[in-house]
Amino acid sequence: MSESNIAIELINVDKHFGAVHANDKVNLSVKSGTIHGIVGENGAGKSTLMSILYGFYQADSGQIKVFDKDFRATSSKQSIEAGIGMVHQHFMLVDNFTVLENVILGSEGGALITQSLEKARIELTRLAKEYGLEVELDIAVEDLSVGMQQRVEILKGLYKGAKVLILDEPTGVLTPQESDELFRIFDALKKQGVTIILITHKLREIMNITDHVSVMRAGKMVAHRETSKTNPEELAELMIGRKVLLNIKKSKAKSGKALLVANNLEIHNEQGLKRVTNVSFEARSGEILGIAGVTGNGQGSLLKALAGILPISKGSIEIMGKTISSESPLNPEQLRNLGVAHVPEDRQKMGMIADFSASETALLGYHNDQEINQGVWLKRSSVKANCESLMEAFDVRPTNPDLKSSNFSGGNQQKLILAREFERNPEVLIIGQPTRGVDIGAIEFIRKRIIEMRDAGKAIILISVELEEIMSLSDRIIVMCDGEITGTVNAEDAEEATLGMMMANALTTNENPDEAEL
Amino acid sequence: MTRDNRLAWINGLLLPLFNVLTAFMVTAVVFILIDVDPIVATKILIYGALGYEEGIGYTLYYATNFIFTGLAVAVAFHAGLFNIGGEGQAYVGGLGTALVALYINPAISAWLVIPLGILGGLTFGALWAIIPGYLQAYRGSHIVITTIMFNFLASALMVYLLVHVLREVGQMSPQSKDFPDAAWIPFVHDIFASMGYKIADSPLNLSILIALIFSVLVWFFLWHTRWGFAIRATGKSPDAAIYSGINPKMIIIVTMCISGALAGLVGINELMGVQHRLLLDFNYGYGFGGIAVALMGRNHPVGIIIAALLFGILYQGGMDLAFEMQNVSRHIVVVMQGFVILFCGGLEYLYKPLLTRFLAPIEASE
Amino acid sequence: MNDLLLNLILTLDASFRVCTPLIFASMAGLFAERSGVVDIGLEGKLLMSAFIAASAASVFGSPWLGLMFAIFASCILAMIHGIASITFKGNQIVTGVAINILASGLTMILTLAWFKSGGVTPSLKPDERFLSITLPGVDIIDHIPILGVIYRELISGHNILVYLAFATVPLVWWIVFRTRFGLQLRAVGENPKAVDTAGLSVEGLRYKALLIGGILCGIGGAYIATAHNAQFTKEMTAGQGFIALAALIFGKWHPYRVLAACFLFGFLDALAVRLQGVVIPGIGEIPVQLIEVTPYLLTVILLAGFIGRAVPPKASAQPYIKEL
Repeated sequence: MSESNIAIELINVDKHFGAVHANDKVNLSVKSGTIHGIVGENGAGKSTLMSILYGFYQADSGQIKVFDKDFRATSSKQSIEAGIGMVHQHFMLVDNFTVLENVILGSEGGALITQSLEKARIELTRLAKEYGLEVELDIAVEDLSVGMQQRVEILKGLYKGAKVLILDEPTGVLTPQESDELFRIFDALKKQGVTIILITHKLREIMNITDHVSVMRAGKMVAHRETSKTNPEELAELMIGRKVLLNIKKSKAKSGKALLVANNLEIHNEQGLKRVTNVSFEARSGEILGIAGVTGNGQGSLLKALAGILPISKGSIEIMGKTISSESPLNPEQLRNLGVAHVPEDRQKMGMIADFSASETALLGYHNDQEINQGVWLKRSSVKANCESLMEAFDVRPTNPDLKSSNFSGGNQQKLILAREFERNPEVLIIGQPTRGVDIGAIEFIRKRIIEMRDAGKAIILISVELEEIMSLSDRIIVMCDGEITGTVNAEDAEEATLGMMMANALTTNENPDEAEL
Repeated sequence: MTRDNRLAWINGLLLPLFNVLTAFMVTAVVFILIDVDPIVATKILIYGALGYEEGIGYTLYYATNFIFTGLAVAVAFHAGLFNIGGEGQAYVGGLGTALVALYINPAISAWLVIPLGILGGLTFGALWAIIPGYLQAYRGSHIVITTIMFNFLASALMVYLLVHVLREVGQMSPQSKDFPDAAWIPFVHDIFASMGYKIADSPLNLSILIALIFSVLVWFFLWHTRWGFAIRATGKSPDAAIYSGINPKMIIIVTMCISGALAGLVGINELMGVQHRLLLDFNYGYGFGGIAVALMGRNHPVGIIIAALLFGILYQGGMDLAFEMQNVSRHIVVVMQGFVILFCGGLEYLYKPLLTRFLAPIEASE
Repeated sequence: MNDLLLNLILTLDASFRVCTPLIFASMAGLFAERSGVVDIGLEGKLLMSAFIAASAASVFGSPWLGLMFAIFASCILAMIHGIASITFKGNQIVTGVAINILASGLTMILTLAWFKSGGVTPSLKPDERFLSITLPGVDIIDHIPILGVIYRELISGHNILVYLAFATVPLVWWIVFRTRFGLQLRAVGENPKAVDTAGLSVEGLRYKALLIGGILCGIGGAYIATAHNAQFTKEMTAGQGFIALAALIFGKWHPYRVLAACFLFGFLDALAVRLQGVVIPGIGEIPVQLIEVTPYLLTVILLAGFIGRAVPPKASAQPYIKEL
């Protein structure tokens, strides 16, 4: 085999953020023209490392070589000039600009943009065709689907001359079929000599498409493997540092009566756009109902409506004997009093207040309770005691109720929020993204508790973008796409491929699934 | 001391201290630019405020107003609102107090009139804040702009009322007739006199006690009631507030009302305590001073009282300074306010990296 | 020429003069807001510029020097706002309020220190001011009915800064929508991360925006004191900086719509002044205070959003903190 060049070399790259040692003397060698995966848990340091390569952050010490030349970036400008492009996990797009405007931003090639736009148009059309990345150039980015937006991001990198393309968790927002399409694009790029670095926590993806894989754990680079010579179990163990249970054991569900029934729901979001159309389902006691779907297909709005945060435009919800409709809405407080608990999707924005102490975060939603109020007086001693008992019940560390909520790790924050909602002994639990941004130890704990609640006869509605999580935790699964339910399956019968088709709404009675368009 | 404790000291005490000192240093530079020796000026200022009994009395009397407006701005800040309408709310609140004083049956005892006057000030102050509050909550109208507009509106309203409606018959200047005795809040020097102690005459009156009482009430309300909790949650995160069953729109309106009401109490001090009639511009400068006081006091009643005292010193000292030195006008206090707002508000984290590096450095992690 | 039409033309004429400072201030605000920085300090910059312009014009005997110094002073205030908001990531609204209060106090201190007066600068002689310019051809066209009057009163006879104000608007439009700088400016106000990852400097763009705003406020302030009036008087801006902000919001941050909003304010204000002393049957004379507060009432009504909600640039008022 011919000698391959080293596209990227990181030598003892080190980075601190305050007290956090995000990258601890990391070494990495990426061969040119290969697809190289970087795996690790949340917080392992993968994104930080790549952001240093992309000039977003600066390393404290260490050396970087790009195509054998010494490289130092004080901003993304140098990285772009060196031929490095990055597709971030959360897209770096200006929503109300067109695709064309987004691509030329920073590479306008002249003070007047009318000419630049025309030149870019020609070049982009060529690039798009070459790699199969066709996208409409004059549409505002906010009107594109997420998959299309990702194409724009890739095009941006290529337009700026990227020879190394870094992608950070690219498949989190795609259906399985869209992911396959993305991987085909990777092949096309690889054939043209583009080097691809893929950051992901999905071991199956690593196994399927990468040539090499590097494992990070707690800021350190712990292993490099040739993908063909390793397996998911070894990688998982390297990621965690101990043997990991990749599957959760649970007994069969003993489902009882329906505690929450949704009838023909139509829901508009805060901006007035219709996000949910004609959705009906039942959540039964002793059962976990999982709602699968790519982010942005209405699950978020559905969750908020079930929690009383968004009003219902049409249809009704029957909860614990009461009916909610557009004429008779219930607010979050009333729902809590009915025995409905809500773990929000966005923990940072909704579930807690970063600047509040843990005691006060543990009080959110329950601050009007009889037990901690005496007349006008909100008894702080009771508030603190409440927090202490929650922390104990859910092993939240450090067990300091006065500590600012932002000082807890993601996993402990989530455990505190779950404790707050679960310990009230609700009958219905509405849970969004329970393990997002949470380390594996806490993930195992949280999933176990959810199953315990289910075994105790609660009705649980679970929304997650992690298909594996839905499939392993749920008893029944419904799939949403474009605000509608596109499929219902029992968990034991569920297959990823079928679910993926439902997520893309590609299954109709007439169409052959193999010919489904994206 | 753990690192967390050190950080708390830095944030709670050292940062504000450094910020205030910087504000003073920069003001000193202004003094130099207008050909005034800052050391001499400072001496005159401190002496004017604290060096003799009458001066101290004036200082505390000014501080009273700043406590009211400082509390007003602070409460609004806790809900995430920047209430710049203190000037107007204080003005109109005073109108409410004056109306009670002027139209109530003069035979009623002061024990009833004064609380009613307080109620009048609270109500009218709240009234002047509720529209901007409502517009921010339901129409998204920027509260900074609307409250400033309401300041201008208050000015015009009061001029109109004092010239055409409330002016005492036969009077040339725009002011109302005198309040009846029952509507007079006693001067502190009179109270001391009745107990046998002689202290210098000054406008200092019992309103200062009312200010302190309200400080305690605000402290209790914000940190020891569920409504205070709801307000603070809304200020930090409207999303988390909605999630918790709190209605941010209601919170905005209610908080503005409380804020306006507190500012409206300036009239208690100025009108019932000192002037004993309604007149123009009794509110002048206290509304904006309240912003500086709230920022310096980090929106906490204890800090506000300290900051209010400081500003009382500056006001009284500034008056004396302007009297003693020809080329310094009392507006130097306004300049100082501006610098305090700049360094305690806009640039509040100016010294944070420096202080953190020297006093609470990060230990090398394992 | 009937009375009503003449009154209308004269009112329109006055509107041009009244809305000029609003145009400068709102265009200044436009650059700032479009870059993601809220500029509450427009009022303070206008006030300080007015004072410096009047002082320099008086001392050096030239309105142009007055203008130059005014721009300089305004830019200094703009940079203070920038350093606090951009580099030190402070609360932009608080800094803006600080600048307003500083301007208010400093102008009073300096009038005393420099001119021994309690808030006014010396009256400016005609050659120390910007005066009306009579456009060529006034006499010739004057004979044409209606058009002649319009040309003489409405179009000709303003001072150069008024014409400049109206010329500024299409220039601003062109800069914001047709140049590379404008594209980057709009991007940084919507999604500064996108700009950062494209290799551009978020801070640099925002500083430039504030600097442009400083220049524009400088001209606006100079206009107030050396063109519209003949000296600086205490608090002479009387809230115009805030009214400009309201016009900016009303005009949804688009140069031409903002211009229309400024003109609307100017027109209604001029109209109100004309109504002074007018007696309404049944009610009596309109109180002069009501006339005076017309612009402020209008601002509140406009902000109450009877024209629909205005959506500011997404990154508005948030300091840019680098994090993934």
